[in-house]
Amino acid sequence: MADEGLPSYRFRRERQDRWQQLDALVTRAERNGLRSLDAEELLNVPLLYRACASSLSVARSISLDADLLEYLESLVRRAYFVVYGARSSMAALLGRFFARDLPAAVRGAWRPVALSAVLLLGGVAAGWTITAADAVWFEAFVSADMAQGRTPSASREDLRETLFKKPPAAEALTAFASFLFQHNAGIGMLCFALGAAFGVPVVVLLFYNGLVLGAMCAVFARQALTADFLAWIAIHGTTELAAVVICGAAGFHLAGAMIDPGRRSRLAALSASGRRAATLVVGAVVMLFVAAGIEAFGRQLVTNTPARFAIGGFMLAAWCAYFGLCGRRRGPARQTGG
Amino acid sequence: MDDSGPRRTVETPEGVAVVVEVADLGTRAAALLIDLLIVVCAAVLVALLCVWALAPVVGSSLSAALFHLCSFLLRGPYFLFFELRWQGQTPGKRWLGLRVVDRRGGALSPRGLVARNLMREVEVFMPMGLLLTLQFGGGEPWLYYSALLWMGVFTLMPLFNRDRLRVGDMLGGTWVVAAGGRTLGRDLASRWGASGASAAAAATEAPSPAAVFRFNAGQLDVYGIAELQVLEKLLRGPRTPTTRETMEEVCERIRAKVGWPTPVSGPDVERFLEDYYAALRGHLELRALFGDRRADKFALRPRAAARTAANTGEKAPRGGKRNAWGG
Repeated sequence: MADEGLPSYRFRRERQDRWQQLDALVTRAERNGLRSLDAEELLNVPLLYRACASSLSVARSISLDADLLEYLESLVRRAYFVVYGARSSMAALLGRFFARDLPAAVRGAWRPVALSAVLLLGGVAAGWTITAADAVWFEAFVSADMAQGRTPSASREDLRETLFKKPPAAEALTAFASFLFQHNAGIGMLCFALGAAFGVPVVVLLFYNGLVLGAMCAVFARQALTADFLAWIAIHGTTELAAVVICGAAGFHLAGAMIDPGRRSRLAALSASGRRAATLVVGAVVMLFVAAGIEAFGRQLVTNTPARFAIGGFMLAAWCAYFGLCGRRRGPARQTGG
Repeated sequence: MDDSGPRRTVETPEGVAVVVEVADLGTRAAALLIDLLIVVCAAVLVALLCVWALAPVVGSSLSAALFHLCSFLLRGPYFLFFELRWQGQTPGKRWLGLRVVDRRGGALSPRGLVARNLMREVEVFMPMGLLLTLQFGGGEPWLYYSALLWMGVFTLMPLFNRDRLRVGDMLGGTWVVAAGGRTLGRDLASRWGASGASAAAAATEAPSPAAVFRFNAGQLDVYGIAELQVLEKLLRGPRTPTTRETMEEVCERIRAKVGWPTPVSGPDVERFLEDYYAALRGHLELRALFGDRRADKFALRPRAAARTAANTGEKAPRGGKRNAWGG
């Protein structure tokens, strides 16, 4: 009885139960997620997947049934997606990201980080010097709605008040912080994304933001408020500017892959460095979140200059220690093990 | 599948070649639209919630802050969250049967997904924002043209490469493929050569006796794999009055070509075609096992081809027009 019919028909009849079993499991996994499968079914999926993959390669050589081949191909493809999807749980993913991936990515990209830090600080220096020499330049660097009255023509009292005034309602600042968060995170992502355009826009963006900051510094310096202004910036600015620098570094990292892909193709180089750059940007966005929090609450609560400097300095040291030291243990451990 | 996109072979880590189908750009655009629609609706809902429910309780500025935060999370992070959670699918992609997978056949890496969704900011949201500012804020012509150029380079990137990668896919090492499945149809050759209990078990849909039409090797030698699969498509298609006509026509053609003596009509037409299909498939499969895969009716048998080449000193002649059942 088993010898009856075409060989390809018998082939199908003997195996189609297993195909349909896999089909049912994959359909459930697609519809309700892998969690809906119990332990035994989960173990079964890769076994059935391999069986079906071998069925497919046999079918390709012995069967001319187009419908059968199409079915097996789609089944193996779907099972392959289930078996090789992104697997880790969110919590494990986040843990590994902050404990290892992010600091390692920053350390690995120290050259682009240094480059974007130099560009940003260079922008600050240039903006400060130029505006200090001739206040007319201020308007060229800082738009009116960004300046919010903090122009060279403002009086010392007005400027001082912007640094130390207690807000009418503390809540008003949460909205402000949130706007800044959105704005700054946007700029951070832009830095990353623009890196793919050979990095030129990143240079402009970093330097320009430096210019704005430098010009503001010059305005306050004219009224002998330098230290107060720097403290006002530093309390959250060390975190925020570090984040901007890291975003810029991510952009340069990408640009490096575009400009000099080495032995790989541009596409391969881009996707390799794209992943590291993405790590940098996600870290920077988290930092910008922290910065916005400090800006919204810390700066309004702490209103004296030395304390602001202390908090800013502490944050900077903390970030440096985190990026410099965290997640190093795994490397040596692997070496001693092997 | 006729409406399929370009196909690529990906080798899985255990060395199985899996054929994937690069997703159609229109479908991808539609999936993006669905996702954007969901995002916009969610943002509007959050806004209404903030204004009506939250603002009286926690104050307007805190609720505004909450809204800003939510609208940020509803952009890139929305896509990232679902692609991580649903193995490369967002609600829009899931609806339309698309999936993000690793280009080299490995596991989908979270960092790759992050990279591809960060890029979305520049490819989708920035041009949209630019268009909106141009719409409402007037704007200068140079801004307009640079925005156009921008969109030309980034947003339209998928049009300019054969794998339809957008810039985010390039950075993330991913691509978007069709993820749809299909069902297994019945085996059209199930009646062939089977009899008794197994035939009754296998062919419950068509409880007919074993094949009534039998063909000899000469009658099966006239067609190749291409014709076999055209016939399969006809037999698997839905039954409409037009297909009945087509079937009768095809039946006549085959009958004339293989030299079947008696006319076939009525319900026998379909049975004749099914039996011929099963016999032809068995014949061709057997030939294929011996290393002779006959692509179509224009491909000559190896021995005949050798003879022709010897006689004329030329390559084997090939049919001009390839309509499957034409001549």
